[in-house]
Amino acid sequence: MADPGFRTRDWVRAAWEGVAEMAESKKRTVVYNVSRGAELGAGGALVHAPIVPVEGEVFTEADGDIGGEHMLINIGPQHPATHGVLRLVLELDGETVVKCTPHIGYLHSSFEKLGEYRDWNQIVPLTDRMDYLAPLIYNCAYAMAVEKMMGVEVTERCKVVRVILMEMDRIFSHLLWLGTTAIDLGAFTVFLYTFQERERIYNLHEAYTGARITTSATRIGGMMADLPPGWIEGLMEFVRTFPRTLDEVETLLTNNSIWIGRTQDVGVISAEDAINFGLSGANLRASGVDYDVRKDRPYYDYETYDFDVPVGEHGDIYDRYLCRMEEMRQSLLLLQQAVQRLPGGSINVDDPRLILPTKTAAMNDMESMIHHFKVVMEGVRAPVGESWFSVESSKGELGMYVVSDGGAKPVRWRVRGPSFINIAALPHMIEGALLSDVIAVNASLDIVLGEIDR
Amino acid sequence: MSKDDFKKGLDALDSGPAESPKETPRVPPPPEDLPPHPTVEALRARFGEAIGRHEVVAGDEHIVYIDGEKNLEVLTWLRDDAGQQYDFLQDLTAIDYGNGVSLQVVYQLWSTVHKRNVRIKVELPLEGLEIESVYYVWRASDWLEREVYDMFGIVFRGHPDLRRILMPYTYAEGYPLRKDFPLRGRFSRAEQTRRALSMKTEDHYSPGELELAKRLGQPLPDVMVDGGPGVPNQGLGPGGMGGSS
Repeated sequence: MADPGFRTRDWVRAAWEGVAEMAESKKRTVVYNVSRGAELGAGGALVHAPIVPVEGEVFTEADGDIGGEHMLINIGPQHPATHGVLRLVLELDGETVVKCTPHIGYLHSSFEKLGEYRDWNQIVPLTDRMDYLAPLIYNCAYAMAVEKMMGVEVTERCKVVRVILMEMDRIFSHLLWLGTTAIDLGAFTVFLYTFQERERIYNLHEAYTGARITTSATRIGGMMADLPPGWIEGLMEFVRTFPRTLDEVETLLTNNSIWIGRTQDVGVISAEDAINFGLSGANLRASGVDYDVRKDRPYYDYETYDFDVPVGEHGDIYDRYLCRMEEMRQSLLLLQQAVQRLPGGSINVDDPRLILPTKTAAMNDMESMIHHFKVVMEGVRAPVGESWFSVESSKGELGMYVVSDGGAKPVRWRVRGPSFINIAALPHMIEGALLSDVIAVNASLDIVLGEIDR
Repeated sequence: MSKDDFKKGLDALDSGPAESPKETPRVPPPPEDLPPHPTVEALRARFGEAIGRHEVVAGDEHIVYIDGEKNLEVLTWLRDDAGQQYDFLQDLTAIDYGNGVSLQVVYQLWSTVHKRNVRIKVELPLEGLEIESVYYVWRASDWLEREVYDMFGIVFRGHPDLRRILMPYTYAEGYPLRKDFPLRGRFSRAEQTRRALSMKTEDHYSPGELELAKRLGQPLPDVMVDGGPGVPNQGLGPGGMGGSS
């Protein structure tokens, strides 16, 4: 897998070696200032007991009070560690998970059906309600699919602006993943660090679109508006100061022995299984598969940007963590490059069938007003055809499938949600592991229930 | 504006924007000079009659229609043949064009080896909505087939656990993404509410789990009251849906 552009896996190995070195040095230094003597190793270092799944352990029937060997428990749908309304029914043998059945649909909003009753532009607000953690990626992906079907080429400025917005939301979503996963494993501080940074991206969302979560920023053929003055400066301020927080979070987690104990060799999935299960995004790349839509089917000139895609090799939670951390750094590089090449000119295509006339024109001359009325009331018309188009979302491959019969509304609008397919592999990863690992593995997959349930 | 006009306006909102014309529900037959796709030629050479027409849409997306009876054979070959190796199932879904036209099952494939896409479609007439499952070819199809079954009512033969996935297990109004399904469902709002409120604990469990609980002699955990370990019981009782977060 020596594909240029995919970073070799040396850096993953280097991180693991750093961990091994540290385990070595722990004999001498006090890592945690815990003063309970009995469980501490030589020199006062906390000895980490590896968490190994116990397979096939069966209770002896010595105690008559234990009714059966196995137990059925229900987690969710209203459990904070399920990151939404996911519900897991677990069959346990002691603390070992024998069988896991996810139940979904508690947040089903029938977006795809609703889309069939709306015109092409009216669907945009539905898309950001699916993944409210990276709404702009969904807005852009949907608009790109429809534009591809219609054969519309957006302006250069629009392309770069969309790249900026998508990379910004990749960081936005990864920060939530990092904070919530850490808090699920007991590291509360990280959550505060990441949410402070997310707040700054929320402000950027708000400055551009007026909304913090439900951005609805794209239109077929362009954006709802050009970037406001000063917005790029705000973004660059974030790009300049964010790495410092990222470094601090890394010092909190990467060599933290509790974090390592909870994440290394937990929730492992092999490269072959990961492909067969259709995993995508960091979950797939952590298993050592170099598949990234930005590299494999580049859109918006991603092939001309200089960035690496981190690939792991163990396929466990720790490698997913390393991959996402590195992806955030790469997104920062992409943001810098995109801002440098941001061209001037119009952000919308010059096509009156798609784009509304300006407010001034619509209010002042008759033809523009009629035109405005017709585009709003009848909607943008798409030619007969279909397109399955995917982008690399923060969670994996986000596919948008649009089918048109030549009218103002889609015949079918389908979303291939990365979380939906990633979470389907959860039982495979945790059967045989411990109950406490269920929460860790579930968190590591980076799911968003709005998109799983749609 | 009179009251009637206002009401008419509100009713029009229900039906959404202007109606799409219905004259051409299909892509017109393509000319013979389509850009070549290695998979399409290989499929024709291998399966002959079972391979239907070939279309190119949106510039570079290749669609091959295949015989519904042969889908498992063709798709397994596409995954395993050294020249194809479509090992990544990107998407599996269905399309209903309405007006009694056949439903289409869509397989969107990607080869991580050859870096190629192809889209395979199978047309199923409304009276025969059954097709072989590809569960054992790509495990990714597990939930995707359940979703298509849930939303379109297409039965996947050989799927080990084919049950509804997004809608409740007791949902009785039909298949929501079919064109003949009204946007607000088939039952009245009152009936829908009555059904939602009268759901029993066992309605939230799959048949396999019910059987297991019976074998263990264990009462089923109540989904709406006991959120799970560590979640305080909010004591909302059986009607407490959505409140115990």
